Amino acid sequence: MQSAMKSPATAEASAYHAKTSPDGASLAIRGFNLWYGQTQALFDINLEVQQRMVTAMIGPSGCGKSTLLRSLNRMNDLIDDLRISGSVHVGGEDIYSRGVDVIALRKRMGMVFQKPNPFAMSIFDNVVYPLRVDGVRNRAVLEETCERALRSAALWDEVKDRIRDSALGLSGGQQQRLCIARAIAADPEVLLMDEPCSALDPIATARIEELINQLKQHYTIVIVTHNMQQAARVSDNTAFMYLGRLIEYGDTADMFTKPRREQTEDYITGRFG
Amino acid sequence: MSSQHEHINTSYDEELKRLAGEIVRMGELAIEQLRAAMAAMLARDSAAARAVIAADEHIDALELEASHDVIRLLALRQPMAGDLRGILAALRIAAAIERVGDYAANVAKRSIVLNEAPALPHTGGLQALAETAVQMLRDVLAAYLERDARRAMAVRDRDADLDALHTGLFRELVTYMMEDPRHITSCAHLLFMAKNLERIGDHATNIAENVWFLVEGDLPADKRQKRDMGSGEVTR
Repeated sequence: MQSAMKSPATAEASAYHAKTSPDGASLAIRGFNLWYGQTQALFDINLEVQQRMVTAMIGPSGCGKSTLLRSLNRMNDLIDDLRISGSVHVGGEDIYSRGVDVIALRKRMGMVFQKPNPFAMSIFDNVVYPLRVDGVRNRAVLEETCERALRSAALWDEVKDRIRDSALGLSGGQQQRLCIARAIAADPEVLLMDEPCSALDPIATARIEELINQLKQHYTIVIVTHNMQQAARVSDNTAFMYLGRLIEYGDTADMFTKPRREQTEDYITGRFG
Repeated sequence: MSSQHEHINTSYDEELKRLAGEIVRMGELAIEQLRAAMAAMLARDSAAARAVIAADEHIDALELEASHDVIRLLALRQPMAGDLRGILAALRIAAAIERVGDYAANVAKRSIVLNEAPALPHTGGLQALAETAVQMLRDVLAAYLERDARRAMAVRDRDADLDALHTGLFRELVTYMMEDPRHITSCAHLLFMAKNLERIGDHATNIAENVWFLVEGDLPADKRQKRDMGSGEVTR
């Protein structure tokens, strides 16, 4: 059940990229389709995520934005009866080609989820978990990485005196920053964030948003959010998805002041589509 | 691109409609003021002119109301895209109409001074200017109400006609002053009144550009043609 309809956003998006991403794309999604059993969830997605920029994916529930995000580090592999076609290139390599080491891929693509999910262990052990999985035992390396990751996640000053305490004693916002620190500790190329602030209060949200702003100097960030104001605040580029299709993709300031498509306009202004 | 669909939140639609209604009411009032000022001048009716001056405060009050509504909408609704542009345009258009009201009041004020001197035969040109300005205001308000960017641009194009009329009247009045220096005071007032009407055309143009902006999301591309006198001609 291949989609016959060519995404209208494709040509515009590539023209936009030629202008704004001279370094090329960090992530290139090409002709990507995805089926859950007989149900097609994504239709011919073409999207280039720019390096060291924040790309927001917005759209109503069920539009496929989280499915697409999870396709970027092959989280969807765990689902039975899932089929895909098309490609996702990360740094030039097709992550769906045969022989790709999925565990290694997920290290390159750090992920932060809706609800903070620290492990029931100390703050320190949480942060260095990805290194331990890799077999790193050197105390100095672990400690140095822990501090660097916590500093990058803007959490160091708040926890440096209780690094051996349980991570579960942190506030929700701190836990989410801890999860970001844990993702950073694996030294990823891309950070994928799935509604990272939806369980947080406005102050904790503002901290995460400021953190995203700082992290984009080093990482390419893709964030899925229901909060349009958040997408407007944190992202450089915005992708609007609807019913499994990419409807519009471009500069965030343009998307929120003069979107090109009526469906985008209706969604971001809170109208019936 | 500006959506025709309604908001899920109906009270948001009502607030936006209310704001647009205030703008239209302001515009209608300004047109009425301008017509009344011209009628008072032609009839040499100082009482009527004073009524025009007093009525300007209604436009000022509506502008305050509109800007208050704009602040509320920005703070409480976090408008986006076409809604945001519409709200921003409303704020700017309200300011332009408020200025139109001021010019109409100024025409009325100067007509009171004119009434202290013998009547001049040279007010026909002024009437033509006023009629063009009123027509521009009417059309641009209709364009605003209908979200019609093309109609707005047609108004902008007509500003050149108004400028040409103004230039013609300027020459006529200068000639008249040279012929008979006793008329200099009255003619100087007429010149200022003509300038007021010409400025009203500029504000109508400004409103037209804001209608374009709220519909299309950018500024109209073509520069409007200028047919009024250059500054050299004025100072010569």
